Amino acid sequence: MAGIAEPARAEGYTADEMMTVAASRALHDGMTCFVGIGLPSAAANLARVTHAPKLVLIYESGTIGTKPGWLPLSIGDGVLAESADSVVSVPEIFNYWLQPGRIDVGFLGAAQIDKFGNINTTIIGPDYAEPKTRLPGAGGAPEIAASCREVIVVTRQTRRSFVDRVDFVTSVGFGTGPGDRARLGLTGAGPRQIITDLGVLEPDRDTCEFVLTGLYQGVSVQDVRASTGWELAVADVLDKIPPPAQAELAALRRLQAAAPGVEGAAR
Amino acid sequence: MAEIVPLSQAIAELVHDGDSVALEGFTHLIPFGAGHEIIRQRRRDLTLIRMTPDLIYDQMIGMGCARQLVFSWGGNPGVGSLHRFRDAVERCWPGPLEIEEHSHAGMANRYQAGASGLPFAVLRGYQGTDLPSVTPNIKPIVCPFTGERLTAVPALNPDVAIVHAQRADTDGNVQMWGITGIQKEAVLSARRSLVTVEEIVPELDARPGAVVLPSWVITCVSVVPGGSRPSYALGYYERDNDAYVRWDAVSRDRDAFLSWMNRNVLEA
Repeated sequence: MAGIAEPARAEGYTADEMMTVAASRALHDGMTCFVGIGLPSAAANLARVTHAPKLVLIYESGTIGTKPGWLPLSIGDGVLAESADSVVSVPEIFNYWLQPGRIDVGFLGAAQIDKFGNINTTIIGPDYAEPKTRLPGAGGAPEIAASCREVIVVTRQTRRSFVDRVDFVTSVGFGTGPGDRARLGLTGAGPRQIITDLGVLEPDRDTCEFVLTGLYQGVSVQDVRASTGWELAVADVLDKIPPPAQAELAALRRLQAAAPGVEGAAR
Repeated sequence: MAEIVPLSQAIAELVHDGDSVALEGFTHLIPFGAGHEIIRQRRRDLTLIRMTPDLIYDQMIGMGCARQLVFSWGGNPGVGSLHRFRDAVERCWPGPLEIEEHSHAGMANRYQAGASGLPFAVLRGYQGTDLPSVTPNIKPIVCPFTGERLTAVPALNPDVAIVHAQRADTDGNVQMWGITGIQKEAVLSARRSLVTVEEIVPELDARPGAVVLPSWVITCVSVVPGGSRPSYALGYYERDNDAYVRWDAVSRDRDAFLSWMNRNVLEA
């Protein structure tokens, strides 16, 4: 009996490309996905053009079932409207589509994230009135994190951005631990995975604290611990995440290269 | 009935120092032309309202038009920071900027309440975040029917709303399509409104999914071809993504910013 052929693996890929490919694999065909801009958008579109052609992508600009042929720079590029099944207003996308819990997965980025998966995109520093760094703010994220059935976070991992406690809770993960989401009345299950440029973290079932559960080729547990601002626990069995298949990497690079007129590559 | 007037006259009549002003357009149809005219007419102490401040509010803040910003996401989409906004918040340049920040869902509901003539809106939002602790305009509310804890935000009713649309007819009826964001709610929530358009046509033919704002809810219409560049107008021109990328370098430096504004806005 012939086994399923293992796809040819790529070489010469970047850490960002590995992260984007890993994130794309977390989305399944037929799912509905509320997409944040940047890394999540790249991964969601990669999934759609590879293994999940019926993935329904929804952007906060009101585009539902959009199928861009290249990576948009913003959440409202013209290609998103022109390739959408439907375009609705901004109040409608949040009130009718997101709020009732119709959407399977929220796909978010993060400037700072903590061990309970809470996201900060507001300010860096202890004082809101005099921030060390002013970040862009909430956008759609607080309600995406609250109302999607589950959330996947895609972000680069550094000691500064992966902290014990975020400076400001812009979007809730598990709050301060078990039971918080239910207490707060949040309808979605919360973050299922944090996919980074080093590996994958998932919440411990009992403590809700994120632990390392998967590693990319060439990355060690020590590498990840050195890039984590809390005492990172490691799963008993670590998933060895396969490198990008040649087809995955080629598809990602095609999506990036096809963006018209963006100097310095689409992000 | 909307008056069809030149842009400079519309801004002079509708936008006064100290007004609350909402320039809306969610990535698409951002009214840059109108924002630039406000800068040229040196308006001051404005409360600027906008879900996604974008480059246009970065420019207005950097040129000293604003006293306060009410917003939900202040970045350069896909590129990074709005450096003039950050400079104002972090270092009070060119002056202090008060901020009132929300989530997109909160802002959208505030406009919708304003357009509906209601004092506030209810949503399932903000729960567990730190936003209510820094934004007094976010309050808990209990559903009188189920007892569920929800969130209330007050209506937005700006003194002036300004949006850009593809076209109007000679009576000042306005038609826009593609991503229409929050523009309808912004116009209907405001005391006065200006719609800038790419062109005026004798008659508006039907378009699937288009939003039509009848002339009698609009104060002024001005013809401003290219009035949303470097944003875009679906069917007319595309988003100039390179301009958004280039803005990052221009806006990092105060002098580079000021000389860019001189060259491209004040002397244009």
